[in-house]
Amino acid sequence: MAIHRMPITVIGRDEVLHVARLARLALAEDEIEPMARELSAVLDHVARIGELDLDDVAPTSHVVADAVPTHPALRPDEPRPCLPRELALAEAPAVADDGFLVPSPQA
Amino acid sequence: MSATDVLELSAAQAADAIAAGSLSAAELFDAYRARAAADRAAGAAGLNCFTWVAGDGATPEPAAGALGGVPLAVKDLFCTKGVPSQSGSRILEGYLPPYTASVVRRLEDAGASLLAKTNQDEFAMGSSNENSAFGDVRNPWDRERVPGGSSGGSAAAVAAGLAPWALGTDTGGSIRQPAALCGIVGLKPTYGSVSRYGMIAFASSLDQAGPLTRDVRDAALLLKHMVGQDPCDATSLAFPGEIELPTAERLDGVRLGVPEELSGGGIEPGVLEAFRAALAQGEALGAEISEVRLPHAPHALSAYYVIAPAEASSNLARFDGVRFGLRAASSPEGENASDLLDMYTRTRHDGFGPEVKRRIMLGTYALSSGYYDAYYGRAQRVRTKISEDFRSVFEQVDLIVTPTAPSVAFELGEKTADPLAMYLNDFCTVPMSLAGIPAISIPCGLSQGLPVGLQIAGPAFSENRLLNAAYALEQSLGFDGAQARV
Repeated sequence: MAIHRMPITVIGRDEVLHVARLARLALAEDEIEPMARELSAVLDHVARIGELDLDDVAPTSHVVADAVPTHPALRPDEPRPCLPRELALAEAPAVADDGFLVPSPQA
Repeated sequence: MSATDVLELSAAQAADAIAAGSLSAAELFDAYRARAAADRAAGAAGLNCFTWVAGDGATPEPAAGALGGVPLAVKDLFCTKGVPSQSGSRILEGYLPPYTASVVRRLEDAGASLLAKTNQDEFAMGSSNENSAFGDVRNPWDRERVPGGSSGGSAAAVAAGLAPWALGTDTGGSIRQPAALCGIVGLKPTYGSVSRYGMIAFASSLDQAGPLTRDVRDAALLLKHMVGQDPCDATSLAFPGEIELPTAERLDGVRLGVPEELSGGGIEPGVLEAFRAALAQGEALGAEISEVRLPHAPHALSAYYVIAPAEASSNLARFDGVRFGLRAASSPEGENASDLLDMYTRTRHDGFGPEVKRRIMLGTYALSSGYYDAYYGRAQRVRTKISEDFRSVFEQVDLIVTPTAPSVAFELGEKTADPLAMYLNDFCTVPMSLAGIPAISIPCGLSQGLPVGLQIAGPAFSENRLLNAAYALEQSLGFDGAQARV
């Protein structure tokens, strides 16, 4: 039996900035330290699941369909019509040539 | 009928009165619209339940269908065509969806009329409604206290008699906990039984829409017209049979299990006292009460705070200033967004509130390279264990009963400084969410003059059994919510 005891998680400034980059989230200077502290506190609490022996346990995917195998199935995966273009563009912040207008990736 | 008499009717009674011709749907709609509009106009001096209220002259045509035109308040995060649907967020301020959520359309087809959109925690992340970009909601039992969350506007509106009933959503307790704190009924259905299409997503493997109502019969009536498989939601399932209006007066032979892990430590004495009194009432009605064990329940909150933020970080990636909602046009220095990445990151910085940022960061961390197995993978395995715990308990008992929330409504600002303390509000409701099983909260008494909620949970698709047990208890407990109707 393998017990996955996770180390006490301390998230520092560099790790916060790394995760923020992954999350496409700009953080103001005064948001970084509180974020590090709060994430560390929550991750510490969450680390308790490392104490359980879960080696032979399957992860849940659809919680009800997994548990009630006799239940009628999920719907077939078939293509359906999507929103018309003009409706899809109606709420866009900027539109050009029937598409979403964005700043150039390397302007 | 006088306006006051109209407000005394439950939604089901109002639908019956409309069907019998003793009440007009227009009269009912106007009475509620006037009350909802007054709360909206009062701003911070009111309860701040609503983010949108139907305008004058919007009185709907008398509706056909079982719901007879009874007005419905709908949580902000349900897409409603041409009506602001903002999920409590600055990033979606003023967003007008091009379509209506399936569950709202179903209810409209059954004769419900859209009265208002209700305030909520941003993207349904919160247990106090203090995370809304559109201001705090106040609890009608005590204006200095929170209504709970995230469906706080829906709960406060129904409790205060500003809407006959409302739709909410529940991811880890967001229907049941505000229902408990506001002294009304809230039901989270079996995962998959109500379509999520058109609900602005928080955590897709957990999110489920449900009713917030004045009484159990109303919850059954609304739910009856909500359930059903929807081709637009790949996770939705056909509900076996129909939701029936409850009639049980007794609980003879019904086995109620009290899980030790969710009915002791961490719960306020006043809440426990009301809970035990409700159990005694259940016994008097013929129920057999026994202790049961959910050994993995103490790990539910940890698993939840991996799974929900991980799924949220993925779902909320769509808010990037490209297709809808806010786009940050310029930097703090007044420069234009210099490139695409800069536009994304500044839009998300400006558009999301602190709690949403926290959960996006938490979820992104848990899903990042090298951590997926240790966090999300393990959490989904804990989830399997929690489901197994419930299945084995339901071999011994018919239903599980717990307090809904560990405390009565707390004061505004009391828990905002400590995210973890706020998360602990959900420890009695999160296990059922992870297991995908239905659970209802009904008011079972007062502590310190504030309502206490009793949670009843059952196996997947046991909604009819739940509703009957809740109904029998409700009739005998005789909780009176009239004093909150301002």
